[in-house]
This record gives sequence, structure tokens and C-alpha cells, in this order.
Amino acid sequence: MKILVCISHVPDTTSKINFTEGDTKFDTNGVQFVINPNDEFGLTRAMWFKEKQGATVDVVNVGGAETESTLRKALAIGADGAIRVNAAATDGFFVAKQLAEVAKNGGYDLIIAGRESIDYNGGMVPGMLAELIGANFVNNCINLEVDGTAATAIREIDGGKETSSTSLPLVIGGQKGLVEESDLRIPNMRGIMMARKKPLNVVEPTDAEKETTAVKFEKPAPRGAVKLVDAGNIDELISLLHNEAKVI
Amino acid sequence: MSVLVYTESEQGKFKKVAFEVASYAKEVANQLGTTVTAVAINIEDASELANYGVDKVLNVSADSLKDFNAKAYASTLRQAAEKEGAKVVIVSSSTDSKTLAPILAINLHAGYASNVVAAPTSTNPFTVKRTAFTNKAFNITEINSDVKIVGVSNNSFGLVENSGAATVESFAPSLDDSLFGVKVDSVDKVSGKVTIADADIVVSAGRGLKGPENWGMIEELADVLGAATACSKPVSDLGWRPHGEHVGQTGKPVAANLYIAIGISGAIQHLAGINASKVKVVINTDPEAPFFKAADYGIVGDAFEVVPQLIEKLKEFKANNA
Ligand SMILES: Cc1cc2nc3c(=O)[nH]c(=O)nc-3n(C[C@H](O)[C@H](O)[C@H](O)COP(=O)(O)OP(=O)(O)OC[C@H]3O[C@@H](n4cnc5c(N)ncnc54)[C@H](O)[C@@H]3O)c2cc1C
Repeated sequence: MKILVCISHVPDTTSKINFTEGDTKFDTNGVQFVINPNDEFGLTRAMWFKEKQGATVDVVNVGGAETESTLRKALAIGADGAIRVNAAATDGFFVAKQLAEVAKNGGYDLIIAGRESIDYNGGMVPGMLAELIGANFVNNCINLEVDGTAATAIREIDGGKETSSTSLPLVIGGQKGLVEESDLRIPNMRGIMMARKKPLNVVEPTDAEKETTAVKFEKPAPRGAVKLVDAGNIDELISLLHNEAKVI
Repeated sequence: MSVLVYTESEQGKFKKVAFEVASYAKEVANQLGTTVTAVAINIEDASELANYGVDKVLNVSADSLKDFNAKAYASTLRQAAEKEGAKVVIVSSSTDSKTLAPILAINLHAGYASNVVAAPTSTNPFTVKRTAFTNKAFNITEINSDVKIVGVSNNSFGLVENSGAATVESFAPSLDDSLFGVKVDSVDKVSGKVTIADADIVVSAGRGLKGPENWGMIEELADVLGAATACSKPVSDLGWRPHGEHVGQTGKPVAANLYIAIGISGAIQHLAGINASKVKVVINTDPEAPFFKAADYGIVGDAFEVVPQLIEKLKEFKANNA
């Protein structure tokens, strides 16, 4: 089985979010970038397939040269090869189109993406990619088994979960649950040394229109100070929620 | 060229979110000077949509659509959009809508903006405000394509009554076998419980609760308020609560009218997930807990003392205000 894991390069979850150039650009100053958490679960599941079922695993990212550190980290975790499509990831459709090209050229059976990236939260790339290459698609995937070309997937739904059967080629939008958090891997010295020798191919983007444009950013308005209520005065809290906030 | 809206249902009845997206669609239709057509799948009575500004309902009855299927649902919406000449399609932010929308976007060559929190600020260019960086910021987005898909964030627009009359027309999309490459084997859903996605009120608790055996009072509080229950990440990692309840940057986003956080410190990853909620109440023993900086109302106190009292007082309040 040939697996492709889509890796998004995103600000670490503790990052303070600021903008520059008249609020049109994300300010990367002092920001640590990491593998998108949803993709990290997918990458670990791919490693499981590699170790238990003899799969090969490539990782791919659409981004500038600055994202190579993130791809190298995925190689250090155990991916066999990496591909970087040399273009800024400015629109979900554009990214999906690039990934579809890589997926078609590489003849992958299983493509694991994350449910969404924690930066733009578009949540559209995995589904678009599946449709572009004519593969089956399971989103919000929290468990995946593959047997030959048959697959069983569990996805989270609002208020529960759903089990389905499908077949390869398959694209999943993965998330926490795909593997246990405690199974997530941190690259070790040997992995980091080996990653240096693994291929990281840079390919040029294919033509694709940008269907959406992020024109400007805004930060939420600062909120007023918290109103503290005495622990012995629950009536006051209820009255505030009823009369002032009007939420009960 | 009406505005098309996908109105979700469950067991033959509309979900609340269906009325919210219909309200949103009506606002867009007003801006564009056109009408609203809804697509309803396996619904018993579609007429209710007229109360939220829908002019026409395309009513689909199909056994093959009994279980949600992203490709088949997307294909149904594509066919409806083509029939109506729709240039704008409105969907919700439910798990299902977020799954079908990207497929529909490819089918219709449409740009898709998800997590949209307000009516378009302009229809030419088509400009919407959406959340980004997991609610730490907003992003003003232009959709450049001819056909546009807007995914409305739950509880962001609210319900707007707009009574009128709606014509109901049955609609039978042609659905090829090839659309059904994913087959649902089983659904495991807690019935009769409010889900985080639909909830107006969410009662959430963290590691401060000490153990799963103490969740009885959290569920009781949620019950009194008609709320959904949720938790912080370590709580679900420890297996005290199901993964589906974990709220935050790597969990579920919550856009409730009222979010009550009990024994949760307010780490940045947790706050990211709940920023879009309107009113936040925090109960924590530690006056320095970062959550107090993000809250509207707070009680510095022990959850084991405060929550039981809150339950009693709310029961009284509900009895007097019934
Ligand atoms: C990559 C990454 C992603 C993450 N994503 C998320 C996420 O999506 N969601 C999330 O929640 N976290 C996330 N986290 C974890 C986050 O950083 C915090 O660790 C977590 O939110 C803390 O949960 P907590 O507040 O329940 O526990 P704690 O930090 O242990 O806090 C417990 C709180 O309870 C209070 N308390 C104790 N006893 C009582 C009592 N009797 N009554 C009242 N209050 C009491 C304490 O004062 C304390 O404030 C993530 C972390 C990382 C690294």
C-alpha cells in the first residue's frame, strides 16, 4: 500500500496571533511552526500501517522553502520520502488541486489529510482532493483499518460516531482518535540523522485558479473585565445571566 | 437564480440549524434581490421553513439517502443548484455539511468559505467574515468564483422569523451507484441528548473535577439548563469523558450563547475553541486561573460546593419562570 500524508505547516497552538502590513498578512515573527495537530495523528497512523502492513509513506506539503523543516520532521518520524509543491498555500482549492496532481502522479492508494489546518480552518482540502481524484472520502476519521483494498472507517458525527465500509483509493480527513495521543512520536536522534538522507523533492505547482482571497484579518474586540460573583451568592449569578446577559 | 440552502434534518424533522441557515439565506437573497429555495431530504413536513423566509422547498424522498452520504448529498445539491440556477449555496457548519461542502464546491466549480459568522458585507465582490486561527482572529474573505458556497458558523447568525408561504415541490435527483462508495454499517449516537454542535448552552468541566465519578453533577446541571456537556482535553485523554466532548483547538469548536467552564484553567488551546461563544461563566478555585481573563462572569470557588447550589437555585428559578 502506498500512503500519502498531507502535512500542513502551522503556528504552534500557543502562538499569539498578530497581523502586519495593514492587517493583511499573518505576522510570523517569533512564531514556532509545527506539523498541524490533525495531520500528526494521521502521520502516526500511517507509521502504524508501515510497520504492521508494510506500507510506504510519503509526506507532502504545499508551501514555500520555510516549510521544509516541518517536512524533515515528518521524515525523522519515519516517512520514506517528502514532496514540497513550491507555492504559497493561499486558497483551499488551489492547495487541493496541487495535492491531487501529486496524488495522481504517485499512484497512492490511501491519502491521509487532517480534518482541518489550525491556521485558516478551511476544512476543505481533504474533500476537494478526494473529489478531484475520484477517490472515496471519509471525514473526521477517528479509526481506520485496511485489508487489501477494503477499508473500515469510523468517523465522528455530531453526538456520536458512525462506522462505514469503503474501499481504496481513499482519502480521509483525520483527527484526534486516529491514534492515541500517547502514541504520537517525537523524532529521535537516529530518525533525525536518517531524515537527512531521505529524498525531499521540490515540484513546481500546476495551474489552478484561486477561488477565494483572504483580503484582511481582524482580531476580536477586547472584552471587558470579568464580573466576579461571591461563591455564597448564586442568586446574583442567576439574576445576571437572566436579566443582564439574557442567556437563561 | 435563487439562493439555495441545504436544510438538515434528523429522523424526518428539521434540526434547529436548518432554520438558522434558512434565515441566513433569506438575508443573502434580500441583498441580491432574489428568492430562497431550500433542499430538504426525507422530511415529513417541510412547510415550517416558510417561517424563516424560504419561498420554495425541493423535497427529496429517497431511501438511498437515509444515511448521510457526502457524495450523494453533494450530488443532490448540485442538481438542485443547477435546476434553480443558484449562484449562492448556503450550508451549516455541522459535521455533515462540512463534509459535503468541499465535494459540492468541486462539482459546482464554486469557491467555498467555511465558518462564516455574519451576513455578507458586500455581494460584489462577494465578501464574508469568517473565523480563522481557531477563533483567535477573523478573516475577511472574498469568493471570486461565479458560484459561491457559504458555510455558516452555528449560532452566529441566529434565527430570523420571516413568515411567508413556501411552495413544496418534490425533487428526485438521479443518483448513480458510483456515489455510494462509502456505506454506513452502524451509527452509535446518544439519543435524547443535546449535542455540542446544536447546543445553545454548554456546560464544560476540566481536570479540576478530579475524576469521572464526579460528572454526575455536571450532567445534572446540563440537564437543568437543557445544555450539552463538554470537557477539556486532558479529561478526554484520561478517558474520563468521550473524545467527542473535548473542546478546543484540537477538539470541537463551541459557539454557544452560554458556556459554563468548571474546573478548567483556560489554557490558550482551550480558549481558542470557545472564543466564539457569547457569554462565558467560569467557576474555579484559583483566582489566578487564566480563564477569568476570558470570562464575562466568574465565581472563585470550589466546584464541589458551587455546582450543587447552582443546580438547586436554577431548579427554583426554572420553576418560577416556567
Ligand atoms: C498541541 C496541543 C493542543 C491542545 N489542544 C487542546 C484543546 O483542544 N482543548 C483543551 O482543553 N486543551 C488543549 N490542550 C491542553 C491545554 O494546554 C491544557 O493542558 C488543558 O486545557 C488543561 O485542562 P484543564 O483546565 O482541565 O486542566 P488543568 O490545567 O489541570 O486545570 C484544572 C483547573 O481546575 C481548577 N480546579 C481544581 N480543583 C477545583 C475545584 N474543586 N473547583 C473548581 N476548580 C478547580 C484549577 O484551579 C485549574 O485551573 C492542548 C495542548 C497542546 C500541547
